[in-house]
Parts: sequence; structure tokens; C-alpha cells
Amino acid sequence: MKTAALSIVAKEEPQEVGAAPAVPAARIEEVSRMDTRSTRIEAFLRPVILPAITFGVILMVWTVAQAAFLPTFPSVPEVWAKAVETFASPFYVGGPNDMGIAWQVMYSLARVLSGFFLALAVGIPVGFLIGSNKTFEQAWMPLIAILRPVSPLAWLPIGLLIFRAVDPSAIFVIFITSIWPVILNTAAGVKAIPQDYLNVARVLNFNRREMVTKIYVPATLPYMLTGMQLSLGTAWMVIVAAEMLTGGIGIGFYIWDEWNNLSVPSIIVAIVVIGCVGILLEASMNLIRRRYDYSGKKE
Amino acid sequence: MERNAILQISKIGKTFDTRSGSFEALRDVDLSIAEGEFVSIIGHSGCGKSTLLNLVAGLEAPTLGGIFLQGALVDGPGPERAVVFQNHSLLPWLTVYGNVRLAVDKVFGNRKSAVERDEWTHEMLALVNMSHAAEKRPSEISGGMKQRVGIARALAMEPKVLLLDEPFGALDALTRAQLQDSVMDIHARLGNTVVMITHDVDEAVLLSDRIVMMNNGPAACIGEIHEVNLPRPRRRLELSENAAYIAARTAVMRFLTRHRIEKAA
Repeated sequence: MKTAALSIVAKEEPQEVGAAPAVPAARIEEVSRMDTRSTRIEAFLRPVILPAITFGVILMVWTVAQAAFLPTFPSVPEVWAKAVETFASPFYVGGPNDMGIAWQVMYSLARVLSGFFLALAVGIPVGFLIGSNKTFEQAWMPLIAILRPVSPLAWLPIGLLIFRAVDPSAIFVIFITSIWPVILNTAAGVKAIPQDYLNVARVLNFNRREMVTKIYVPATLPYMLTGMQLSLGTAWMVIVAAEMLTGGIGIGFYIWDEWNNLSVPSIIVAIVVIGCVGILLEASMNLIRRRYDYSGKKE
Repeated sequence: MERNAILQISKIGKTFDTRSGSFEALRDVDLSIAEGEFVSIIGHSGCGKSTLLNLVAGLEAPTLGGIFLQGALVDGPGPERAVVFQNHSLLPWLTVYGNVRLAVDKVFGNRKSAVERDEWTHEMLALVNMSHAAEKRPSEISGGMKQRVGIARALAMEPKVLLLDEPFGALDALTRAQLQDSVMDIHARLGNTVVMITHDVDEAVLLSDRIVMMNNGPAACIGEIHEVNLPRPRRRLELSENAAYIAARTAVMRFLTRHRIEKAA
């Protein structure tokens, strides 16, 4: 598999930049004069051209492989046509179980965010307790250690049993997904607070509330945000699987539904959409995180 | 001297419980410091001088004896004994202004209006020549500047005693000299009582009215006290030839050298 991919890349290269080596050989002086400008252009184009080549190669492999060995797999034009159709009416509503892709994504996002914020509401205080209180830490860490490696989906039946409805159960699964990184990162942040900050607070005779609002929270915030970023990323992955099991509206069930309809092009479109939403979530968390990152200002 | 003592350290002993048993850091430390006096405590590392400062600050409690500030027993930290920490200890999420303002708000929150507190914060930043960087964050300023802000924050509390814990230890020689001059200047203007921990002989002689020399631990105590009878303001360049300066310097050096040899043997 690997060698096949490599040989294709090797074949690809001479076509793309075939003429390139000959040019600098002929006009070395001119090239050296234009060196600074060309490197600047290169620096600008590299992040565009290199991924474009990758995508091109993937599409090529896809086309070749589909034609050669996987006739049941949709072709690139088929998927493209499906994408155009899907994005033509993203907010289309044809009934409670037949909605446009934008609605599917929004229902999934709503579940993810509900579970995520519930996890923050519980996880941050618990993280503070575990980080600041040795007794609490010793009492709770073993339980967390056992539960953390469990796939959040294992909790879905428990959720269904408790809530007797699919929506709260999916939110419950996201809650379980999100809570561990929030707790652990918050606790780590609290533990990492330098004694110096606490001494400053003690000299100023801060009371408990001031200690929390003026030292603990701001000092821990970067850690908390890292935990949140991890949680949100994982939650977005888990929701797809959870919705496949729960049904209803949502990008996960959409994929399952389209599989039942044998509409594989829709599934591929959905995969790309999920990826893009994931990037957006990640980017917005990065933005927030950088806003509150006071440590490494000089990058 | 004893009459108008503002700070009385009385028969202090400090024993730490460590994993390998108890460790006696200080024994029978007795010292009284007059109002407006600048006292340096000098000794080899590990002699317990930082422990002594922590006890005065109230960050730790003595095992034996007591510390009295204007007759009242010290039983915890407080802004009347503000500390300038060795590694500046500025809160990185606050600006320079915010770090000083934090202290001002806490200490004067119910005595001064917001406008007065703002003015006071700016006044303190001006005192240490840091007005230009008020809106910068600690990560954006140099080590010397951070320490200036640390001093401003401590002074902003209007402490009865200002405690300096090796405040210039982490700075380069030029910055250190500059800050020493600033501290002398501030001390001359405000006349506050200062206790400074240091391991720098020249710094101790230049800044202090009295130099307290500590024996090596364990069970460290005060070895000698040297009064520095130099008129103020002191100029570091003029002092290098001054007899009293040289005498003080020699006394401290002799003490430290003797104790180093004792330790080695």
C-alpha cells in the first residue's frame, strides 16, 4: 500500500515541476538576483500548493482505484454532484426526519455544546478540588483513572436507562467525553500554581474568595482552556458515533441513514463537512486559548 | 536603639520537620530594628537568612520565640510587612499597572476612592521609573524592570517594614547597581524601615545602616553585627576610597571567609 502511494508520487513529480531544473541551470544570475523575491513568493505559495498537490494525488488515487478495483465505490464526479446538490439547500426541511445538512450539523453541534458546557460546570469545580486538596485527590483519582479510558459510547445504554430518551442520552455521552480532560487539566493547572503567587496573595491577606478569583482562576485558565480544547475535539468525534446509535437528526445519524439508503456519495460529503466543522471548533478554541495565554507571548 | 524599635525579633528558633528527621534552622535569633533603619542580613547560602525573612513576613511561624511589630505579635503574613520576592513574583496575567493595582485595591479598598487608588498606583510606578511600561505584561519587560514593579507593588502597600528577599540576586551587575541606587533613593525619600536578605557584601555595605552577619546552619544564629557609619546619600563611586566603607567591607568579608573555612574544615 505504502509503496504504491510512493510510486505514484514519484510519477507525479516530473510532470508537475518537470521543466523547473532546466531553467535555473540556464539563468543562474537572474535567479540569484530574484532570489529574495522568489523565496517570498515561495513562502506564500508553499502552504497553498503543497496541500493542493496532496489533494490532487488523493483524487487521482481515488479515481484510479475506483475504476480498477472498487466499482461500487462512488466516483469523484458522483460525489461532487452530490455535494453540489447537498449544499444547494442546506437548510431544506422535508419533514422531521428529512432535513438539510446544515440542520444536521446544527443539531449535532447543539448536543456537543450542551454536553460540553455541562462538563465544564461540573468538571472545573471538581478539578479545582482535586488540584487543591490532597484528600480529595486521593479519594477521587482512582475512580477517574478507571473511568477515563472507557469509550464514552459505553455510557450510552446507561444514559438511555436513566433518561429514557435519546437526546439527553447523547448529551450525557458528550458530558462523559468532555469531563475527564477538563477535570485533569484544571487539577494540573491548580497544582502548577507557583508558591510565589500564593505568597503574594498571603502577604495581601486575600480571603478565600479573592484567592480563587484573583489567583487560582487566572493562573489555571490556560490549563483549563487546553482541557476544553481537547474535550471539544473529542466530543465532536464521539457525537457522530453516538448519533449513529441514537438516531434522530444529527450528522452522525445522517451518515447512518445515507448508508441505509446506499447513498455513499452523501457519506463522503458528510465526512468532509464533519472535518471542516472540526477545524472550525479547533480554530475557535485556539483563538480563545491564545487570547488568555500569558506565558509564551514572544513567539 | 531599643527604645524606638519598630520590629523586635525575640529569641527566635525554627525547626523544620523533614523526612529525615527534624532540622533546626535557626536558634536564639535576637534582633531589634529601629524605625527608618535599613538592615541587611548576610550569610552563606543555607544559613537560614531566608527562613528568618519568611518568619518576619509571617509566611512561616517560628518554633520558639516571637516577632513583634510595634509591640504586636506577628502571627501571619500581612501588607504591613510587604515582601519583595527574589524572583519578582509578578502575576503574569496582569499588566504592570494591574499588578500594583491589585495590592493597592486590597490594602486601600475601603479607605480610598477608585480615583485615588488609580493615582496612587501611578505614583508608585513613577517612583520606580516604570510609568512607561504600565500597560505591558511581565513577560514583555526585563528582569530588572520586573523587580522594579515588585518593589512598587510592595511600597504601594505602605508597609511598616519592607522586606527584601535577595531582591537583586537574579540580575546582571549593571541592572543591579541601578536598582540599588533606586532603592537607596526611595529609602531616603520615604524613610521606610527595610530588612534585606543578601549575599552580596558590597550591596550590604552600600545600602545598610547595620549589617547582620549570620553563622552557618544548622542552628544558625547571629554571628556579628556591624554598624555602617556612612553619611547618606551615599555615592558608590566616592565610597570605594572611604575608610568607613572599607572597614565595613573588610569586617563582613572577614566574617564570611572565616565561616566558609569553618564549614570546609
